[in-house]
Amino acid sequence: MIKILIVDDERDVELLFRQKFRKEVRSGLLELAFAFSGDEALKLLDSEHPPQVVYVFSDINMPGMTGLELLNKIKTQFPSICVSMISAYGDTENYKKAMESGAKEFFTKPIDFDSLRKEISRIISQE
Amino acid sequence: MDFILLIIAFRFLQTHSQTKELFPEWQGIFLKGLIAAGCFLAIQVIFDGTDILMRWVAHTLNIYVVYAAYNRNVFSPLKPYVYAFLPVVLVYIVQDFTELIATDFYTSWENWFETAELFAWIWLVAQFIINRKQRKALEFERIKAVQKEIEFKNSQRLKDALEVQVAERTAEITAQKEALEKTLHELKATQSQLIQSEKMASLGELTAGIAHEIQNPLNFVTNFSELNIELLGELKAELEKGDLDEIKQIVSDIAGNEEKIIHHGKRADAIVKGMLQHSRSSTGVKETTDINELADEYLRLSYHGLRAKDKSFNASMETDFDETIGLVDVISQEIGRVILNLVNNAFYAVSEKKKQMNNLEDSERSNNYKPTIWMKTRRIKEGIEIRVKDNGTGMPESVKDKIFQPFFTTKPTGLGTGLGLSLSYDIVKAHGGKITVASQIGEAAKGEESWTEFVIFIAD
Repeated sequence: MIKILIVDDERDVELLFRQKFRKEVRSGLLELAFAFSGDEALKLLDSEHPPQVVYVFSDINMPGMTGLELLNKIKTQFPSICVSMISAYGDTENYKKAMESGAKEFFTKPIDFDSLRKEISRIISQE
Repeated sequence: MDFILLIIAFRFLQTHSQTKELFPEWQGIFLKGLIAAGCFLAIQVIFDGTDILMRWVAHTLNIYVVYAAYNRNVFSPLKPYVYAFLPVVLVYIVQDFTELIATDFYTSWENWFETAELFAWIWLVAQFIINRKQRKALEFERIKAVQKEIEFKNSQRLKDALEVQVAERTAEITAQKEALEKTLHELKATQSQLIQSEKMASLGELTAGIAHEIQNPLNFVTNFSELNIELLGELKAELEKGDLDEIKQIVSDIAGNEEKIIHHGKRADAIVKGMLQHSRSSTGVKETTDINELADEYLRLSYHGLRAKDKSFNASMETDFDETIGLVDVISQEIGRVILNLVNNAFYAVSEKKKQMNNLEDSERSNNYKPTIWMKTRRIKEGIEIRVKDNGTGMPESVKDKIFQPFFTTKPTGLGTGLGLSLSYDIVKAHGGKITVASQIGEAAKGEESWTEFVIFIAD
């Protein structure tokens, strides 16, 4: 059982993920958590000691704290958590910044759930 | 004595202004008459024997002069004096004539004749003095009249000159008026062009935001559609298995997803329509508008537009929408532009503030600074209020006083047209409302707060 956190200011993302990973969730392999801003994500991570979330997927373009800022904060506060970015802008600048800050993967929107599932399956199998 | 009269008459005629001016050729004749009269006088005095003859010559000449005074123009100046010296002439003639034909009678009455002679002379002198006086008065009047005439001519000349000047000025002013009218026309054309280009400029700023705003719903449409295809596959499998609960679950998920697809499709549609509306000339028609939705839409468009332009830019947005605000009749695209302008300015102010904070070298303060935009709508008694507040740089009074003036901008050249707020002001005014602004500048190094708040009021 692994817990992953998805951060996006678009609330429908939750519905999408819940349906996409319904089987994994139902079989008890995966637990999904959602946050709709960077602040909310940090609060959620901070509320569990030790953090149960092992992987964070974050949008970059969010009001307030951006995904890249969140990435830096998670990397300093919770170095063990993996972070991957999901962005509508697959430009090199964002990609470079994310990778330099220690992002694991960089996904572009619309989300290619096949590659996302592969990544999640990989973590599950690692467990 | 007659000759003395003649001398006086000729001298008078010779020196009289009328003869001088009108009959210059008579001057010589009068001079000759004067000399002749003098000669005759001398002859009479020297040669005693000629006395009687000379007297009659003088009488004749005197009578002629009197006659001429009435019949010849050149002698006319004498006319007033005829009454003066006629008695003298007549007295002498009667005296001489009586002496000639009845010497005895003359001798016995000589005293009477001498008395008449004296009175005639007194009469002459008196008349002469009176005439002279009158003549002087007349002359004075004449000079006055001439002066008046000159004055009149002068004023006439001035009047003519003035009329010419007036005509010239009128032509000049007419030409100027026409030039001004032309300029005004050109200015009006330029103004509408500027308004259009301002609109286009703000549209340009929006493009990236719009792209992002369309991209997001489209992503959802794609993802939910893919999901539904998957779910339909699962549904087929479940149908074969006959697990009714699972089938029901899948069907309701599909239905929910379809709704999401429609929702996001409409969202993209609304954004495209809004963009088209923004670029189009205003229809000027008021329509029932959901102010909260409008404000939210333009807040997002502005945010994403700026984000797309400057990736390092970010700010928090806090909205506080009054759900009881209801629908309001406004020209939505125009009010949208006003909101857009205010929000764009707010974002600009916080990003400038952020730069200032970064330059402070006080990393704690600079990290603690959270660029924030507040958007608030309220229903108030007489209408509605839209408040846009930012914790950016704030404005000094000198800037605050000018922000609604056309072409006033604090942005670097090329970044602002200086028309945004002036157009916004006009738009809100045309809606029977007003824009007001309040601002505070605090010293960043001391941790004092700066903010600016615009309030759009629109009457019902």
